Amino acid sequence: MATIDLNDDSAVVVIGSGAGGGTLANELCQKGIKTVLLEAGSMESTESFVNDEWAAFGQLSWLDMRTTSGDWRVAKDFPNLPAWICKTVGGSTTHWAGASLRIQEHEFKALTTYGEIEGATLMDWPIGLSDLEPYYAKAEDKMGVTRTNGIPGLPGNNNFMAMYAGATKLGYENCHTGNMAINSRPRNGRTSCQQLGFCFQGCKMGAKWSTLYTEIPDADATGNLDLRAGAQVLQLQHGDDGKVNGVLYADKDGNQSLQKARVVCVAGNSIETPRLLLNSASSMYSDGMANSSGQVGKNYMRHMTGSVYAAFDKPVRMWRGTTMAGIITDESKHDTSRGFAGGYEMETLSLGLPFMAAFLDPGAWGRDFTRKMDEYQNMAGMWLVGEDMPQESNAITLHESEKDAFGMPVPNVEFSDHPNDIAMREHAFTQGSEVYMAAGAKEAYRVPPYPSTHNLGTCRMSEKAADGVCNKWGQTHDIANLFISDGSQFTTGAAENPTLTIVSLAIRQADQIAKLMTEKSI
Amino acid sequence: MQQTVVFSRRKFLKTGTGVLVGSLAFSLGSVSTPAVGDTWKLSLESLDSDTGKALLKVARHIFPHDTLDDAVYALVVKDLDGAAADAAVAGMLSDGVAQLNDDAGGNWLEASDEDQLKLLTARADGPMFGKVKGTAVVSLYNNEMAWEHFGYEGASFDKGGYINRGFQDLEWLPQPSESASPPKA
Repeated sequence: MATIDLNDDSAVVVIGSGAGGGTLANELCQKGIKTVLLEAGSMESTESFVNDEWAAFGQLSWLDMRTTSGDWRVAKDFPNLPAWICKTVGGSTTHWAGASLRIQEHEFKALTTYGEIEGATLMDWPIGLSDLEPYYAKAEDKMGVTRTNGIPGLPGNNNFMAMYAGATKLGYENCHTGNMAINSRPRNGRTSCQQLGFCFQGCKMGAKWSTLYTEIPDADATGNLDLRAGAQVLQLQHGDDGKVNGVLYADKDGNQSLQKARVVCVAGNSIETPRLLLNSASSMYSDGMANSSGQVGKNYMRHMTGSVYAAFDKPVRMWRGTTMAGIITDESKHDTSRGFAGGYEMETLSLGLPFMAAFLDPGAWGRDFTRKMDEYQNMAGMWLVGEDMPQESNAITLHESEKDAFGMPVPNVEFSDHPNDIAMREHAFTQGSEVYMAAGAKEAYRVPPYPSTHNLGTCRMSEKAADGVCNKWGQTHDIANLFISDGSQFTTGAAENPTLTIVSLAIRQADQIAKLMTEKSI
Repeated sequence: MQQTVVFSRRKFLKTGTGVLVGSLAFSLGSVSTPAVGDTWKLSLESLDSDTGKALLKVARHIFPHDTLDDAVYALVVKDLDGAAADAAVAGMLSDGVAQLNDDAGGNWLEASDEDQLKLLTARADGPMFGKVKGTAVVSLYNNEMAWEHFGYEGASFDKGGYINRGFQDLEWLPQPSESASPPKA
């Protein structure tokens, strides 16, 4: 591990070690660029991960105080847990399911494809699929995505068999075990999936790609990485020229340090990233950093989600094997005859008994609830994930009075569904239920959205500086040496699980940062 | 008030006959509730045994699984007892039970199950109900006795995962095509 001096102002500082930050740090280090990687959470490992839902939740999750508002049900059921994301080295790549899908061409052009939709702040991305294709290819290779690069698909588990049986009967044509960043064969020094069924709890096999045991050790091996775990960033600082020049953070003992920087890249996930920019307000940047557009924190997206679990008359034991074991992609098209714009994916999902109790129908009690829980081992399940409409009023803002342990305002997460989101969810619930009824289920349960796992769009990319926070490279419009390096960049949400795109954007951004550094323009 | 908590989840795992073994009891006031085929004891540190017994029944009404042993519901009471180390929580819980007793005109536990539920439902907006529900939704389902009951198998890493232990053993649904679900390596 390199040791980079706090006063060394030649380094790039990356904030957050997940899909965006962890990948970016490695890519920079591979190019010979000295990189400080600040991670708020602590270091875990495949050895310390636990096959226990609540214990792993406590070990990996971001549980710092947050507040919620808006009409989403999460605000009522989990008022201080708007998002189910991680605070640990590797970020939410420790917890993610592994689904690795490319955004479709038309989804990059959401405004052009869907047209103006009332109440939605749709825009076209300043990049298209062709810009990202070479980077998608690199990401798929890096991550070992099944059904790419000659890597076979994973074998389907019982939960997949239930989905497949119904999908086939309904006439869906695209149902398979997915494009997963989970090794179906040993690859790049990591073993293959042993079907543990605890993908969300940190993969103890290391078969699922996570920056924790891929990008970060690779970066370390270059001698260019200084990883600091337990470093909670409090504020970005800037010089008289307006350029960012340092990062103030607190270590695990609460001691504060200022790390000087040549370039700063923020990848704290779509809640912490805008929070940090807003908490970095100064006399020069009175509304927060990189916020001349007023768009920092706005257009928070979380994907249209929901789940369908269905009870069969025999055991399915959906928990055996990969958590996200298969997909139906037929509904991911844009087809307004269904009554909404954009599309959604249907992906198997299983929860263990403890989390099923927590999420099946939060707040419910009595015989109707327990009758469903009694069917637990007979259940199959799927998650529905689709494009939600960006709305300016869905936003991350700073809480007026609540402060964290360091005196910094906590984030409030405001979210309300757009009518398009509601129409899509209704369609998805219906189709998901139909899949299982076609497979012979006796009853299907509609399960409301969990706390957000896909947090997107709060520092969106835009062609024009007035419309968004960063340009097509993730470089902020206002401050040349400040970059957004996570899902906050997403102009719109698209239907696909976002990690592959976040990784691809990070690889591409590293190329651009290296180029600009060589040119001495940053 | 210090009592030894005689408690180990592993001790209560069923032996294959569906009978719970071990001992778990309310030792304060030496209350023991007869479980299926056995007795058990739970030592309480902060709550008195009458409150503990009532809370166990409250948890049963909130999440009724008729064939789930009282020993599992006792784990909810154990966690409530832990929370009751905070005197404010202890007071809130015992006040909630006292309220139910008042509503029942004496002892809520002596009312019929139907009347108990009716009286409890009328207090469903109260803090005691919310505390028991919020605790039970975790405690009741996050233990190996419950996993055994519901058929959930828990941790798999130590057993080599499910790759050779039935992750694709459904015989009552058609086999997916090899292109949809390739064979395992």
